[in-house]
Amino acid sequence: MKGNEAIAEAAIRAGADGYFGYPITPQSEILEYLMESKPYETTGMVVLQAESEIAAINMVYGGAACGKKVMTSSSSPGISLKQEGISYIAGAELPCLVVNVVRGGPGLGTIQPAQSDYFQAVKGGGHGDYHLIVLAPASVQEMADFVGLSFDLAFKYRNPVMILSDGAIGQMMEKVYLSPQKERSKTVPEWATTGKPSTRERNIITSLDLDPYGQELFNKKLIAKYNEIKEKEVRYEEFQTKDAEYLLVAYGTSARVCQKSVQLGREQGIKVGLLRPITLFPFPYERIYELSGQLKGILSVEMSTGQMIEDVMLAVKGRVTVRHCGRMGGIITAPDEVIDSLKSQITGG
Amino acid sequence: MDEINVLQDINRPENLVYKRTKLMIDTPLSYCPGCGHGTAHRILAEVIEEEGLQPETIGICPVGCSVLMYNYLDVDMQEAAHGRAPAVATAIKRLLPDKFVFTYQGDGDLAAIGTAETIHACNRGENILILFINNGIYGMTGGQMAPTTIPGMKSSTSPYGRDVRIMGNPLKMTDIVATLPGTYYVTRQSVHKPANVRKTKRAIRKAVQYQKLNKGTCFIEIVSNCPSGWKMTPVQSNKWMEENMFPFYPLGDFKTPGEQSV
Repeated sequence: MKGNEAIAEAAIRAGADGYFGYPITPQSEILEYLMESKPYETTGMVVLQAESEIAAINMVYGGAACGKKVMTSSSSPGISLKQEGISYIAGAELPCLVVNVVRGGPGLGTIQPAQSDYFQAVKGGGHGDYHLIVLAPASVQEMADFVGLSFDLAFKYRNPVMILSDGAIGQMMEKVYLSPQKERSKTVPEWATTGKPSTRERNIITSLDLDPYGQELFNKKLIAKYNEIKEKEVRYEEFQTKDAEYLLVAYGTSARVCQKSVQLGREQGIKVGLLRPITLFPFPYERIYELSGQLKGILSVEMSTGQMIEDVMLAVKGRVTVRHCGRMGGIITAPDEVIDSLKSQITGG
Repeated sequence: MDEINVLQDINRPENLVYKRTKLMIDTPLSYCPGCGHGTAHRILAEVIEEEGLQPETIGICPVGCSVLMYNYLDVDMQEAAHGRAPAVATAIKRLLPDKFVFTYQGDGDLAAIGTAETIHACNRGENILILFINNGIYGMTGGQMAPTTIPGMKSSTSPYGRDVRIMGNPLKMTDIVATLPGTYYVTRQSVHKPANVRKTKRAIRKAVQYQKLNKGTCFIEIVSNCPSGWKMTPVQSNKWMEENMFPFYPLGDFKTPGEQSV
């Protein structure tokens, strides 16, 4: 099935309570698939086409504040529209899933795949000091698997989670193993607004604190949470890094391309390996630093003008040369382009 | 000393007739003296209490003067982003259809930045109550022109009065939503006199009943005053409201059950 369809089916099977979306290419299949599947007749999952991406993310806010497993999805321009709502969700410490099937930009850009929303996803995106947990799937299987994982992480940390995919993985068809149907959760988190019984104080969901000391205290609480996430939730995958002298760092679609590039490079006698961050926040800084001790150079391969490269450079603390390689505008970098770029920028061969 | 003793005597609980509603939390309100928000909060709290709905109620506060409403009402509440309350309410009601869900929104929130959310929630016929406080001005930010500022009315961003040739016309949201098939009960009221307070309370009670019956969106506009923003005393502001706001925003029902086509 398609990557986008896998997200939709996985959401139903993960026992999601609600999906609120708005059509935009290349991710409209998520909403279409859900509308066709009618989960409201089986699991009771609410599916609603909102009047805008803004309304959709605010529906997610309302649902999440009731302690429900809710999600939305969109593509780059639509995700920009959602940023206000995402900031409020992070500020109110609500769990939810936001899927971004990235297309090239800026502006209306293209409908073809890109990885140009890295900064937006990883560094904030909306206003204020906050972070999303960001997962980067590289296959249709991971599109499906990361839905349940996202909800688990979102509820564990009371924090919004983003699946940062792209138009290639969203549209690509692959074989996928789906998890069995999970029951929708009946447990109500103690902070949820579901109506105040006489047995507890009223619950208030807000991101407002007019007292500067109160707001600062809250910011410190968020820092502590993000530190815990950085400590416990870093996920990455390595490919032929053991003897590597050169390292490709790439996520999502670019990581798939780079697997082939590693093979091509090794055929030409270049000892090259690949590190694929699975979580972009938290980023695998430590592992990249460890590896940098054995390396002569790193190539950050991403379909953007170079965004993740800043985190790779932060990771290696100047120990080795780091260069960027990647096509833009919706063009997927070819495996041999990566090796050519490695040679011309780093190995000198 | 004598005067204080007399006052204490008058204030003895058994001598007080008009008591604080249980659902109004005993805390100072952030509203200016003479503002209608306090009265609107109170009658809403009274209806929720009288209908026994405290365990069923989820309210959504807007951005604006009533942004801190959750500090005053003893019910579960969510603070929405500016204008988005009807979208937030949509999800709550769909996920928890047995709960009583209301939004409380000012004119900037509902009729400017949140126009799309308001129209679409009403048009879908979401089973929620939208309480719309229209005082024709942005109160919280210091008295700027609102989408409902009437022609000629002065504000800090229409200091010579609203010139509709330059600034456009005020928006009559209540008239608009009454034409939408999703709304069930649409009315415009006020809370500046006891008789009006009673009428508005009756309207809220009706909306509660209709929501229980899943009838669709109930929309209650309360034309209200803003003594600080209008730069008037409370008494002057109520008089000005009667003389200027009511002719432009006439009070009364716009849509009631039984006459569904407008």
